[in-house]
Amino acid sequence: MTIHQKMDAPDRRNRLDDMAQGVLSTPLDRPDGPLKVSGRAPYAHEVQPAGMLHGYFVRAPKIGRLARMDDAIARGIAGVETVISGATLIRNPCQGTANAAPVQPGDDIYYIGQPIALVVADTFETARAAAMTVTFDIAEADRHPVNPTDYDTPEDKQSAQGDLDTAMAEAAFTVDREYTTPGHSSAAMEPHAAIAEWDGDKLLLRGSLQMLKYNRNEIADSLGIDPSNVRLLSPYVGGGFGSKLGIAPDAVGAALAAKETGRPVGVVLSRQQVFEATMRRSETKQRIRLAADADGTLTGIGHDAWVSNLPDESFSEPVTQATPFLYGGAHRQIGHHVARVSRTCAGSVRAPGEAVGIVTFEIAMDELARAAGVDPIALRIRNIPDQDPSGDIPFSSHMLAEALHDGARTFGWDDTLPEPGGRREGEWLIGQGMASAVRVQSLMEAKARVTLQPDGTARVETDMTDLGTGTYAILTQLAAEMLGLDAANVTTILGDTDLPEGPGSGGSWGAGSSGASVFLACQGVRQKIAEALDTTEEDLTLKDGMAIAGNRSVPLSEILDGPVEGDGHIEPGDTSDAVRQATWGAYFCEVAVNAVTGETRVRRMHGSFAAGRILNPKTARSQCLGGMTFGIGMALTEELMHDPRDGHIVNRDLAEYHLPVNLDVPQITVNLLEERDPWANPMQVKGIGELGICGAAAAVINGIYQATGVRVRDLPATLDKVMAGLD
Amino acid sequence: MRPFDYARAEDVSGALDAGKIIAGGTNLLDLMKLGVETPERLVDITRLDLKRIDAFEGGLRIGALVSNSDLAADERIRRDYPVLSRALLSGASGQLRNMATTGGNLLQRTRCYYFQDVASPCNKREPGSGCRAIGGATRLHAILGASEHCIATHPSDMAVAMQVLDASVEIEGADGTRTVPLSDFYVLPGDRPDIETVLKPGELITAVVLPAPPPGRQTYRKVRDRSSYAFALVSVAGIVSMKDGMIEQAALAFGGVAPRPWRNLEVETALAGREPTRETFDEAADILLAEAEGQGGNDFKIPLLRRTFRAVLGELTQGA
Repeated sequence: MTIHQKMDAPDRRNRLDDMAQGVLSTPLDRPDGPLKVSGRAPYAHEVQPAGMLHGYFVRAPKIGRLARMDDAIARGIAGVETVISGATLIRNPCQGTANAAPVQPGDDIYYIGQPIALVVADTFETARAAAMTVTFDIAEADRHPVNPTDYDTPEDKQSAQGDLDTAMAEAAFTVDREYTTPGHSSAAMEPHAAIAEWDGDKLLLRGSLQMLKYNRNEIADSLGIDPSNVRLLSPYVGGGFGSKLGIAPDAVGAALAAKETGRPVGVVLSRQQVFEATMRRSETKQRIRLAADADGTLTGIGHDAWVSNLPDESFSEPVTQATPFLYGGAHRQIGHHVARVSRTCAGSVRAPGEAVGIVTFEIAMDELARAAGVDPIALRIRNIPDQDPSGDIPFSSHMLAEALHDGARTFGWDDTLPEPGGRREGEWLIGQGMASAVRVQSLMEAKARVTLQPDGTARVETDMTDLGTGTYAILTQLAAEMLGLDAANVTTILGDTDLPEGPGSGGSWGAGSSGASVFLACQGVRQKIAEALDTTEEDLTLKDGMAIAGNRSVPLSEILDGPVEGDGHIEPGDTSDAVRQATWGAYFCEVAVNAVTGETRVRRMHGSFAAGRILNPKTARSQCLGGMTFGIGMALTEELMHDPRDGHIVNRDLAEYHLPVNLDVPQITVNLLEERDPWANPMQVKGIGELGICGAAAAVINGIYQATGVRVRDLPATLDKVMAGLD
Repeated sequence: MRPFDYARAEDVSGALDAGKIIAGGTNLLDLMKLGVETPERLVDITRLDLKRIDAFEGGLRIGALVSNSDLAADERIRRDYPVLSRALLSGASGQLRNMATTGGNLLQRTRCYYFQDVASPCNKREPGSGCRAIGGATRLHAILGASEHCIATHPSDMAVAMQVLDASVEIEGADGTRTVPLSDFYVLPGDRPDIETVLKPGELITAVVLPAPPPGRQTYRKVRDRSSYAFALVSVAGIVSMKDGMIEQAALAFGGVAPRPWRNLEVETALAGREPTRETFDEAADILLAEAEGQGGNDFKIPLLRRTFRAVLGELTQGA
């Protein structure tokens, strides 16, 4: 039985609260955890078929047009089978949900690091050594500059209400500042990898991928074959953070090489290639204008963003995505400007938009709080709008004020602090900082199948993925709760395009969308059981393998004479546009800045977050911890450095691309503020994957200001920028 | 990684002139994977009897194969040469320090982005090809001792501490054993940045000799872009002895700022016999930085070195 629900109206039944098993919303350990820590969860490049060949990419060392490639030496090396090049390799990964091939550039080279040939050999080492012998002549070609200079201003990405200039002129307090953020790399632990095997026209590809439904079409389109001939497997993914939303060069390269050689081929990108040839977050330049009256009430907001990407890429970092609805103010102006550059492709990296847009906005709000002499928490609460000012639609739920209050209380926010620079412990200047968190919430179409056996075991199936986020755990818990089973009796199968199409992992929509499809599939199973017991699904209680209706309590084994299958299908509907849906939170941190060197250490950090019903407080908390850790990185260390002359990424490894290390990450605490958002989906669940980073860095930057009086507007706040403002 | 032959040396003489030496491999293997190092033959010396730390002429003789972890943890090092223990523990990670050796650490190659990228010209990697770092990304690069041919820095923390301790390097070669003060071991890039030390082809470092422990307080301060697992932007190794409230003797070496561990004896002369005041420190820093030159991305190292220098001297002279 298929249960289909289109979210055209809020679902206020709160059916999950009627369930009896008590396993949902508990901190269940991830079922995949023991497999991962003991090496038994096979990642993409670990299931190597017999006779598999290895491919290693040759990187373009220069921008232009490939006039000649000499691979004679490579082809002559013992063990080398072939060298793949030409029109079918892809220039860069697909953007998220692209559903079609990316640019296939042929001989055109658009950025340094573009994969332009694949050397295929019997061992990885041979392929890599041979790849280094390939030489080229690269001719000049008409290309965009390597540094963003000329910006387009697409009409559909500008908006204005009222008259911001006048509001600025008449305001009691204003902020008008420019901020910059550098490029970021997802830097997932597992490099991009694929193993391709052909059986006639059928391609089996094991990959490290976030969104199989789209990925299948992307690879089929890249290869010019029918999607029905492609099966993708991606049961375990060692982190994606946006960089594996779309297929990457490894998948297409492996498929082409396997076709040509007639043998399975595995391709894994080197760490340097992951940095160069997958996605970067665009650097941003932002101008933020705030106009406020005497008590800090906003009268005007302006937010302009300048970002970059390769030509023919539709994605541009949606910097201002949440600006229109975060705070009030009648006069507003949003601007978006895109430069075409010859740099590594820009795409989704860790909460595109808010991760950098809310960070700068929340720094600007701190500047306003200082200018107006208003407590920064009070300033934010004062400016929470009654409804979404950009669309004059209500909020589905609004938890920012609660998060701010809860966070301040938990953290022990001191609103009597001295002026910046006023608290010192030896060489260290101490400050506290805070910021709001906000992330847009969305629902995506999703399907799942749940099969219940008479012996009280169940199986959940969908092509959804688990990037280390906890998908296995929460889908298992959902089915166990709905079907009245111990979680140990539920098996969740993910990451296989033969299974019902899930939403994929991205945009924080996985839990809400995929979860809803499992919820509905379980409803289908429950209906069949209810029918057998001559009752309704609503009146049925399932608990510990027993079906309970009225005063009857019957073991499932007595009711079922075979497996019962339910299919769930959720679709977004009118609730997506009828209300503004978002998740909310607030960050607080204490920082210490070295008065000699400008080094900053975050001493403690707290986040309070609201994202609807929490399916598993352990995995939800881990998502928030990860987000805040990346927030510390964004604030203090992370920066893709491009050569100013040819645009190539110079810090291409984890030694020089500085993610926070353990010692950079202090005690972090997380409060999850439970709520029910009936507009989101039938589970009242909202996404939490990205919320932890959407503003986090601002708390650190604002803390540095409180500690030192130095306002860093060019992220990251490396020691040189802080030191420049110290005595 | 190009294919290579591999041999294991059974004794020191078997390691001489036998190929590219590999010990811990923490740097060499990475560079081989990148195609930066392309040895035809590796000689593994890890079985040689060079893993002891022995008392030697009032000081210590540290075998070339003593791991960074073991050296940092040695009771005599911790007690008598804390600057060295601190320097070692500020470098790399626990796993790397377990593998990295004393001799290998002295011969670490630079972290210059362009040296590590075979698509970039680099005079250190390919003499005469040019220096792409100049005019490029220069955050890691030198402010002292660089040349128009190379602006790379030496990445070692250990060597900076050994430099301030007046260590010597014991070298075995076809002509026998020679001992070279660390101050003469490294050479500046000039027009041959590929030549980094006075080691001759075929020679092997067998030990580092530390003289008797110096009087005074010791410290090592490393300033970097994150709390751990990052190379020094600036580091200062200092040993200062005081007498009657005056600086009796100061020894200072600097990392992250030059193609070699940097030491300037004029700086130390300027401090000797002086009152430990900010003015004294600044005068000495003026001498240290007289020739300092930034490349744009590393200009901040000049004030950072001055500030760190003053702070280290303040710490070593305060209350003593």
